[in-house]
Amino acid sequence: MPSEPTLTERVSKLPTGIQGFDFVTEGGLPRGRTTLVAGTAGSAKTIFAIQFLAEGILKSGERGVFVTFEETPDDLRRNMISFGWPIAQWEREGKWLFVDVSMHANSDEKVVGTYDFGGLIVRIEHAIRRIRAQRVSLDSLGAIFSRMHQPDLVRSELLRIAAALKQMNVTSVLTAERTEEYGAISRNGVEEFVADNVIILRNVLDDEKRRRTIEVLKYRGTSHQKGEYPFTVTPDKGAVIIPLSAIELKQRSSDLRISSGNAELDKLCGGGFFRDSIVLVSGATGTGKTLLTTEFLAGGVKNGERCLLFAFEESREQLFRNATGWGIDFDRMETEGKLRVHCAYPETASLEDHLITIKDLVDEFKPNRVAFDSLSALERVGTIKSFREFVIGVTSFIKHQEIAGLFTATTPTLTGGASVTEAHISTLTDSIILLRYVEMNGEMRRALTVLKMRGSMHNKDICEFSIDEQGMHIGRPFRNVIGILAGNPHMAAPNEMERLDELFRTQ
Amino acid sequence: MNPMETLQLVLYVTDDTPRSAEAIANLKQVQRLYRGQCEVTVIDILEHPELAEREKIFATPTLVKVHPPPLRRIVGDLSDQTQLLKSLDMGSGYLSSSTNQPV
Repeated sequence: MPSEPTLTERVSKLPTGIQGFDFVTEGGLPRGRTTLVAGTAGSAKTIFAIQFLAEGILKSGERGVFVTFEETPDDLRRNMISFGWPIAQWEREGKWLFVDVSMHANSDEKVVGTYDFGGLIVRIEHAIRRIRAQRVSLDSLGAIFSRMHQPDLVRSELLRIAAALKQMNVTSVLTAERTEEYGAISRNGVEEFVADNVIILRNVLDDEKRRRTIEVLKYRGTSHQKGEYPFTVTPDKGAVIIPLSAIELKQRSSDLRISSGNAELDKLCGGGFFRDSIVLVSGATGTGKTLLTTEFLAGGVKNGERCLLFAFEESREQLFRNATGWGIDFDRMETEGKLRVHCAYPETASLEDHLITIKDLVDEFKPNRVAFDSLSALERVGTIKSFREFVIGVTSFIKHQEIAGLFTATTPTLTGGASVTEAHISTLTDSIILLRYVEMNGEMRRALTVLKMRGSMHNKDICEFSIDEQGMHIGRPFRNVIGILAGNPHMAAPNEMERLDELFRTQ
Repeated sequence: MNPMETLQLVLYVTDDTPRSAEAIANLKQVQRLYRGQCEVTVIDILEHPELAEREKIFATPTLVKVHPPPLRRIVGDLSDQTQLLKSLDMGSGYLSSSTNQPV
């Protein structure tokens, strides 16, 4: 009687080692099978195919065969060295083998009568046996179709190749061209013939900005994460996939308090920030966000913690000079190894690249506190959608580290209002502090209020504060002003105040 | 080309297919036309995969004209003799028994 397949008979997966990919695919590529990787021109198909083999060599000691239909091995060796993949060296060490079927190699062939791909199959099998390869990449199908003008023949021969690869129990990647980002899976309609598994790489132009995504379209007989995930190609790592919706909300939260670096603010917050929390500071330009950030970092260093600052608005010199102006010595903190300041102009990289830099630096420096000044400066780098993904990516990453995070957001108008950043981030943060300008009697004053403090009582007053060479001083609440948060402050007449007092006086 | 020069051909096949047998049979006819002025070596790449790699054989059968130059590669079961001879730089005039087919 037929029995249910045991666990080992079911589709098992081969961890590829491509960052983020194994998460999105819930374990990697289906072992012993062929996966079609389809994408338009410039969607990083070849990089993916190469990286699949490279990570095998680097991370799990698995050898690979690369069958190239398009670019010559020489071109590939040269182009891939910038990713830190020494293909020529791996070839010498017997870890990598090319099967060269590039146009260049067979440019002068004439066709008389019918034929099959017997030569190719024999060479692939021979190469796999020679180095006992576990991984095979074939790049790309489009080149064979454009060379061999018999699509039916190509299809049936590809089926033979896929069968041969399966029989040899190698895990393989086959790339194919697409003509449009949202349309037929591949130009030549081969997917239903050759692959049980289809992955789509996209490189969409949206609002004048390029956005790369990866989607697992089908994984026969096994599970995977659904939908498109952003990814990027970085010079030192190759493709890095950013698994967003896959992030679990499993971080612990502690009720340990840490100082905000400002005793008066600590008091307003009911005894300081929580250690594993994210604080959003929102305010117009010049309201004191950078000051609050600086005090937050200095408070950490004073407490013996390691602090990391990502600055997207001001240069190093400016930041250090500002800090000095408030009596804080960033230079000394950095020399002592307690502080690291990373300045970058938002436009120097894509949001995905920024996210990777942030993760790398946090992993390397292992801070107890991390601050971003300002997060909203990055709004203009990507589309709203990718910015949203970026914010979610950053917040969840910080939360997983179980460290304290502080983000600042610049409001679009001087008197307040909400920025895009706030719209995306406010539900993800544990605390929100608003800084606002208040115009009173022809004078600009500053107000601060703790809007939200998850899991704690806090002071609900809107307090006036001032800034001097010792930093921020929080004073008394504004008593007879209403409409501050709406950005439309006005004095309430004294008799009106009395009337309100009467109204709520306990009987 | 010099009619007295011997034509050297190498045919790469995978032994197990009807196409291979077809190609070999078609080459035999060419050999007859050339009355012994044509040497054919048949290589089964299943037995010698390293030769397939060295010669970068993609499709089978593949016929390689080694001598006289220029080197030619012809893919297929060689079923069209006129096309085959043309591809080997052999004009129809070279043949003793003209096939009288338009080229």
